[in-house]
Amino acid sequence: MRRSVTTVLGLLVVAAAGVVVALLPRAVGEFRLGQFTYVAIYFIALLGLNILTGYNGQISLGHGAFMAIGGYTSAVLILGRSGFGLAGQHPSHVLPEHGVRPIWTIAIAGLVTGIIGYLFGLPALRLAGVSLALATFAVAVSMPQITKRFDHLTGGGGGLSLPLPQAPFGWDISPSHWLYYEAWVTAGILLLVAWLLVRGRVGRAWRGIRDGEVAAVSSGVNPSVYKTLAFGISSAYAGVAGALFAIQNAYINPDTFPLTLSILLLASVVIGGLSSLSGVIVGALVLEFLPIYAQDPPLLHASFAKQAAPVVFGVVLMVIVFLLPGGAASLLRRLARPLVALASRRAG
Amino acid sequence: MPLFFTWTDFAQQITSGLAAGAVYASLALALVLIYQTTNVVNFAQGEMATLTTYIAWTLMDRGLPYWPAFALTLAIAFGGGVAVERVLIRPVEHRPELVIVILTIGMLIAINGLTGWIWGPEVKLFDSPFPNSSVIVGGVAVSVRDIGTFCVCLGTVVVLWLFFRFTTLGLAMRAVAFNPAASRLMGVRVGWMLALGWGFAAVLGAIAGMMAAPSIFLDPDMMIVVLIYAFAAAVLGGIDSPIGAVVGGLLLGVVVNLLGAYVDFVGQELRLPTALAVLLVVLIVRPTGLFGRVHVRRV
Repeated sequence: MRRSVTTVLGLLVVAAAGVVVALLPRAVGEFRLGQFTYVAIYFIALLGLNILTGYNGQISLGHGAFMAIGGYTSAVLILGRSGFGLAGQHPSHVLPEHGVRPIWTIAIAGLVTGIIGYLFGLPALRLAGVSLALATFAVAVSMPQITKRFDHLTGGGGGLSLPLPQAPFGWDISPSHWLYYEAWVTAGILLLVAWLLVRGRVGRAWRGIRDGEVAAVSSGVNPSVYKTLAFGISSAYAGVAGALFAIQNAYINPDTFPLTLSILLLASVVIGGLSSLSGVIVGALVLEFLPIYAQDPPLLHASFAKQAAPVVFGVVLMVIVFLLPGGAASLLRRLARPLVALASRRAG
Repeated sequence: MPLFFTWTDFAQQITSGLAAGAVYASLALALVLIYQTTNVVNFAQGEMATLTTYIAWTLMDRGLPYWPAFALTLAIAFGGGVAVERVLIRPVEHRPELVIVILTIGMLIAINGLTGWIWGPEVKLFDSPFPNSSVIVGGVAVSVRDIGTFCVCLGTVVVLWLFFRFTTLGLAMRAVAFNPAASRLMGVRVGWMLALGWGFAAVLGAIAGMMAAPSIFLDPDMMIVVLIYAFAAAVLGGIDSPIGAVVGGLLLGVVVNLLGAYVDFVGQELRLPTALAVLLVVLIVRPTGLFGRVHVRRV
């Protein structure tokens, strides 16, 4: 009974959040709207990272690099060979002659990044805990250099400029509104997929491996299969987020997805709450808005240097580790407990 | 990229690789020291080193000569390292590995921001105590700075080795790394030994930072790349082996330098990804590294 009450309450909260997301464009200006588009993008990336780190217990410090793979896949497909030709470059013949519609590239980017992530997950199987963190950290550090090295495809340090997509079906909305809806609808779909995954058989297997691999094996779970699966799915999420990021940013270069992003993604997942889907939205909001408000705190009449943001971020992360190991989600859960109790008394 | 292969050029690449490798070895040894005692990979090690290098820069900027500033910085680094263990790490000592890793990542973010905030993002010149000239050794021109860097880093390693090998305190620290529970029963103050380990690691980091800064210049992100090389070196040598860290660091410095100089595909840009590849291959083929202990786990 209690479980179903929690589910119903959860669905109500998601529905309310959906209404807020749908109505937000009427309430805020174009600039603010762009920020909320980035919230959706971070939401997707953090969902993926939480599947890997929260539910499966594998640390990744390289999700920014997977976002970069998705972003470049999308950018290269959008431009096509003709787009590159305009920039005076001659990429390989694998590319389609004309650009692909941006919205299709998102799924392709997710697929490509997912496959690459799956392949990376195969050797990563042998790495546990800290070693995996090290390996993925090294991937994140190397990614800018790798993209600079293969400049015939990535535009090198100069990067690639992308056209802003227009809304389809003759919709009379601005590109930023279209991108906002596109990002949030994608986020909604991927949230549903994540929810279905983690509540079912696969999620049980992931959690089992995280909490005790030996016990999971003796219950008939094959850890290799599920761990690489988590890596693949998690990377696919990052790839989708990276593609949306590139399209929204209308520009991509090796510094679009810096090491800092990879680190802050992990920090945001922890701040939001490991193995909690509701924490992910908190993490995404923190990742987008904390740097802005750390620099210009709303109540204090002061404005700090750009570097104030990482200091605050780091301190918040440490405080969470010390005082609130479950992240913001555990706080939310604690606040919701009386509500759940009340509702189940009514229902029961 | 040299046009023709010459043995003198090859020897020069090796010596400059050894100098870079000595810096990686110092930081790798710092990582190993902490890993051995606290079983934590300290992701903030590089940032702690950067912070202390900035402190050294400020001391010299205020007019202190190089070696007094150097010594004072090492003392500050030691105190800082001990303080970090006491204040931040100790409360989470018995929590899962993931939690401690995340804590050190929080430190990484915060310290990186802090150095940028205090000293600004622009690149600073950092003096070297060694002249930027070269001496001819056996027909090969070797940079004096490279020799100096190598000697300072390796000298520190030797001093540390002597300390661990021949003093009672060193013995106590080794005992704690080997078996904390038994050491506690023998009356060793385990908590303080761990803190000392962090202090020594911070000192090694400070030396690596001050030796690296003259050639790669001082900026808030200076040590991030060095940290990756140090990780790779530590993993190559075996993450729980101090000798391995030093050998791994030197080996990595030389190999990466040679690959960058002679393999067209690697060049300047792909040196770091090469280190990454080394790290991955070692982790997969031989997770215990060259000198690491094999852990047998009973199920």
